[in-house]
Amino acid sequence: MASNSSGDESGRHQTARHRLSVIAGHLQRPSDHNAALLAVECKAQGSKPNVNTSDRGEGKTVPRRRQEIMKWNGWGYSDSKFLFNKKGQAEFTGKRYRLSGMIIPGLKDWMEGTFGANLQHKTQATPVLNTSAVQPPTLNEAFVEELKSTGIPFSHEAEDRVFRAHGHCLHEIFALREGKIGRIPDMVVWPNCHNDVVKIVELACKHNVCLIPYGGGTSVSSALECPPEETRSIVSLDTSQMNRILWIDEKNLTAHVESGIVGQDLERLLNESGYCTGHEPDSMEFSSLGGWVATRASGMKKNIYGNIEDLVVHIKMVTPRGVIEKSCQGPRMSTGPDIHHFILGSEGTLGVVTEVTIKIRPMPEYQKYGSVVFPNFEQGVACLREVARQRCAPASIRLMDNEQFKFGHALKPQVSSIFTSFLDGLKKFYITKFKGFDPNRLCVATLLFEGARERVLQHEKQVYDIAAKFGGLAAGEDNGQRGYMLTFVIAYLRDLGMDYYVIGESFETSVPWDRVLDICRNVKARIVRECKDKGVQFPPLSTCRVTQTYDAGACVYFYFAFNYRGLSDPVHVYEQVEHAAREEILANGGSLSHHHGVGKLRKEWMRETVSNVGIGMLKSVKDYVDPNNIFGNRNLL
Amino acid sequence: MLNSDPMLKKRDDFEDILEERRNTSDLRYALRCYTPALYKGLTPCTVSELKTMVLQSDQLLYVINQVSKETGTATNEIQSEAEAILEEMAHRLQLSTIRFFAFMLSKIFKTLFRSICVNEEGIQRVSRPDRETQNEETWLTLIRSQLQQAIQEHPVVLLPSHRSYMDFLLMSYILYTYDLALPVIAAGMDFMGMKIVGEMLRMSGAFFIRRSFGGDKLYWTVFSEYVKIMLKNGFAPVEFFLEGTRSRTAKSLTPKLGLLNIVMDPFLKGEVFDVSLVPVSISYERILEEALYARELLGVPKPKESTSGLIKARKILSENYGSIHVYFGQPVSARSLAEGRVDRSQFNLTPRHIPRRPSEGIQDFVNDSAFRLVRSQEENMVLKPWVLLAALLLQNQAAGNKLGVLVEDLTEQAVWLRDLSRQFGAFLHWPDHVPPSRVVSSSLSLHRSLVRVSEGTVQLNLEPGFPPPAMTPEEELLSKAVVVLSCASYRNQVLHVFIRAALLASAVQSVAGSRKQEIFNTFSFLWNMFSNEFILRPGAEVQDFEEACYLLVKSAVLQIHQQEVLVTDRGHRTLAFLTSILDPFVQGYQMVCRFLCEEATESLTEKQFVPAVRKFFIKHLLTGGLKYVEVLSSDLQKNALAALLRLGAVQKLRGGADEGTLKVNTVMVNSLEDTLAADSEAARCSALIQRRRPSKQTIGATRRVQSSERSDPIGRLNGRASCCPGAGTKESHQNATAA
Repeated sequence: MASNSSGDESGRHQTARHRLSVIAGHLQRPSDHNAALLAVECKAQGSKPNVNTSDRGEGKTVPRRRQEIMKWNGWGYSDSKFLFNKKGQAEFTGKRYRLSGMIIPGLKDWMEGTFGANLQHKTQATPVLNTSAVQPPTLNEAFVEELKSTGIPFSHEAEDRVFRAHGHCLHEIFALREGKIGRIPDMVVWPNCHNDVVKIVELACKHNVCLIPYGGGTSVSSALECPPEETRSIVSLDTSQMNRILWIDEKNLTAHVESGIVGQDLERLLNESGYCTGHEPDSMEFSSLGGWVATRASGMKKNIYGNIEDLVVHIKMVTPRGVIEKSCQGPRMSTGPDIHHFILGSEGTLGVVTEVTIKIRPMPEYQKYGSVVFPNFEQGVACLREVARQRCAPASIRLMDNEQFKFGHALKPQVSSIFTSFLDGLKKFYITKFKGFDPNRLCVATLLFEGARERVLQHEKQVYDIAAKFGGLAAGEDNGQRGYMLTFVIAYLRDLGMDYYVIGESFETSVPWDRVLDICRNVKARIVRECKDKGVQFPPLSTCRVTQTYDAGACVYFYFAFNYRGLSDPVHVYEQVEHAAREEILANGGSLSHHHGVGKLRKEWMRETVSNVGIGMLKSVKDYVDPNNIFGNRNLL
Repeated sequence: MLNSDPMLKKRDDFEDILEERRNTSDLRYALRCYTPALYKGLTPCTVSELKTMVLQSDQLLYVINQVSKETGTATNEIQSEAEAILEEMAHRLQLSTIRFFAFMLSKIFKTLFRSICVNEEGIQRVSRPDRETQNEETWLTLIRSQLQQAIQEHPVVLLPSHRSYMDFLLMSYILYTYDLALPVIAAGMDFMGMKIVGEMLRMSGAFFIRRSFGGDKLYWTVFSEYVKIMLKNGFAPVEFFLEGTRSRTAKSLTPKLGLLNIVMDPFLKGEVFDVSLVPVSISYERILEEALYARELLGVPKPKESTSGLIKARKILSENYGSIHVYFGQPVSARSLAEGRVDRSQFNLTPRHIPRRPSEGIQDFVNDSAFRLVRSQEENMVLKPWVLLAALLLQNQAAGNKLGVLVEDLTEQAVWLRDLSRQFGAFLHWPDHVPPSRVVSSSLSLHRSLVRVSEGTVQLNLEPGFPPPAMTPEEELLSKAVVVLSCASYRNQVLHVFIRAALLASAVQSVAGSRKQEIFNTFSFLWNMFSNEFILRPGAEVQDFEEACYLLVKSAVLQIHQQEVLVTDRGHRTLAFLTSILDPFVQGYQMVCRFLCEEATESLTEKQFVPAVRKFFIKHLLTGGLKYVEVLSSDLQKNALAALLRLGAVQKLRGGADEGTLKVNTVMVNSLEDTLAADSEAARCSALIQRRRPSKQTIGATRRVQSSERSDPIGRLNGRASCCPGAGTKESHQNATAA
């Protein structure tokens, strides 16, 4: 996998630049003018007046005052959003993404057709946070006093606190848009390093203050919600300023990184040295390394790089009992149950992850998108199963069902040089040669290959050959690329939907191969039926994709959204349907979660998921590590 | 369940499908364009592809391997054995055969029946009142019929009642007529005996299963996979008879669970989202097999196949068999049946293709569902006026009235019973625009083989038409019994309407006081005793009690207070009717007990049981110790034995030389007999009182039977009631009383 110019300094820089352009491929604007453009963007970011960040803020995305660049009641950057312009065409604002500044002509029709939405019926979100609606902070004076003496920055401003009181569950964002604020943290602290965290945790124990760690705020499990019954002062411990790469060990291919670094920064900084982690969850723009560890995150390229549990070599976590870490960095140990697995997935209930040693890889020399069209979903799943059986999955392989394919199609921009129109080509394809494909049944697999050029091409051929056995036809790179783009803009799209009475969310599961088709069919059907029963007036969007493959099964990702006009309590209906969908997943042999975690949203099913004894084990760890429930977010158990 | 609205809705709009047949060409009908709507998830496949799928299914391959390991036979041998089984079993559904049948049956049906009425709503019209508020265009892109919609949405299982050989031909005929997907039908192997007919049926969609294949794993797997694959792929609606066999008594039979288990399995294991179960009720005004069944129940050999027999058979064609009513019930979703009852995740930890015995929870669930489905078959069964007349005539006959009853009296009683049964929610097809006397006389004339009308009186046609050619008393009794049992098979059709109330009525009559708890205890005893005889859903005892209370309060027969149950003066007539409708069964069971105590030898086997009981009964009938001729029905005798076995009063020995020997627990059987006897006695008294009392007269206030004690049994009862879904709590008692 090493590039032909490795070792050579200039060559490495070249690789780094290339790598940057690759990342830009699914994150940022078209990389036509490659380096220049990126440089401008980096500068633009760096030159943003980050008043509150320390001198270490150079090149980092997340300021202490998140509100400076991000929405307080929606997803992502303030400058980026979908809207319908005066001509009634959908448009994506800003400059950050490849869709930015483009017109998306198909979106309006798709929204109207799919949801029965109407541009005349708009719901306006509360534009600015009404700070008077925010409860005044309950401060633990003694704690605040001692904290002051440490010099660690903190705030009890309403905006800062509201920002850290939520993740991105539908009900959380919906409430914010309505201007409804519930129990929120009473103050926010920004430790700058491991030792700061040690001090904060000590003080919290001393003064019995509740700590809730906060990383990127991208949770979709109600994990950041403050327990309403919590009477102590709640302090949100924001790790975002602990964002340095402390060292890179090229001999062992590891990097030691502070836990608050967000995915895009980690990749960018490693790329500068010619490396990457390859860990790319869909939330990687905003989610943090510590958050990945705490939720057992999964990245889209796990087939090459592994999931977070495969990537971490060493973890340092501060708990009320002290710091937990291993004494060495041996690649594998037989020393009783792996203590990392108490930390991975602990969801902030045991302590704060402060530093992580993570595996790194040289940046791939070559990257290529691809896509395959299958006549139907069944064939597609059979193909993915075969790919998994032969263990030849590319970096990423995802199979979208017909609805999601149409969804992706609706996001095709109007003018584009790089979007060589796949569909037009494909349509011709059908009409001329492959009439057998029913446009209402076909589905698309998107592919991402990475590695040495030769190998990528070889690999590509292997995969396409397998696909051909299942009736799959190669359908071009652009289509694949757009598929991946969908996952980055989906959260922005949800905000647009909410402007027009459409609410929705995604959820996921993992399931053995023999049940993949059944679970997809049944969960989607259950959603439709529940919507009907709950009085939803228009059929919902209920769609899924097989988004990861494993030896013994797959990860399935569902999108679900509906038009809520005519419902008095849409969020409640939404929650009932999601609840039913989860029940259906469990009844069909799916897991409670593949990578979103449990949080508070799914904890009612924990006992049946891990058995009584399992719960007991977890409880006893919690009782030992944190007897006074300092880390009191009440997730998981 | 007791809501009267659906009943009203149900009544209207039956369409006679023969009417069109009488006016247009049968040939054109048989050759018309047939394009049914199909299941949306259909994987189209041919009959032979279907077989290949079965033979290559994971389940079957697994079992083949397993059998091979167990027996040491090579897998390919077992494979070909499986192929042979499948070959013997499989249908070869062909449209051309269906068209042939459509033509032939049109001709035959028109000769035999006045009309074949099908409820349009169930099959044709869309019925979604709850969706009116919704945007019709978005949710319902097409206006579709209830059944057609079900067929398109989910795999469909058709569950017709089974009273006649005609049933499944009739079903296919109707589906063809309405342009609906033709079903594949599970049929018993017995048809296969008839070479050509068997093959014809095969080509019209029947597949054949052996009656018993106890431990044959391979057979079971081929069979269940075959059914499941057809269901899952939406090849065709799967049709089978929940009752397992034709009911010779016209009472619904205790459902058989094998096939229901199989069709539920794909849903329970998540292989399909849902399965629609469609109960279909077919009611015949006159059953073709009427006398045949009665003979069979009496163990009288069939008349010899002879020229005269043939002529008689031909006579069938010249007779009028009235009309048939077919009611397609609301499709029942397996998913909603299972909701909150079954933990489907129990299948998560073993590969689904490895056969496992269904867990107890699943067995209970399937059993319960089967009962619910049979109940809805019963409820949707159209009742003709004749069934009421049959009930009245039988009661009259049993009361020893040799002179018959005046037609006017019979009409009066029938009108009374009509109103009562309607109050009880019976699905009665009584033409209200025709004067009752006409209704009665036309019913009597249709069934003239069973009744004799002379000089204004009616009675069962018990005397042989021509001078008895030296018949022994026993032969005479049996020929009487044929008529009585035929008649009973009509009366039986209405039993399900009254059974719960009849059990309560009997309990009220036989309990000395009026304490609700005691009455419930007796009700509960009878309910248990007769749960092999009637469709009483396991575990629904309290619910049934509540329902019976509700009905009898509603019809002003009882007043139910906190702890007391009081009979109103007006209520005696109803109470007497109800007790007498149950009485033959009570007496029959009692006599079975008596037989077991008095006559059963050590070596009595299950096989010898029925003939021995029959002999015992004949003896007592001839000496006048037994009143009801209908107890000669082997169905009743077998049910009684099954009940005694279930209650543990009789044991069946297994294995060795004693295989099948019945071991009687004399003490227990004795005490059961006493209890039943007391009950029967009370019934007779009440009937007597009733007969002495002029029925139109209503005198005085409610007879108040004082309760001697005042403990609080109701509380306990309510405690039990509240654990049953739908069963009332204290309030509902009060409501019921208030109503």
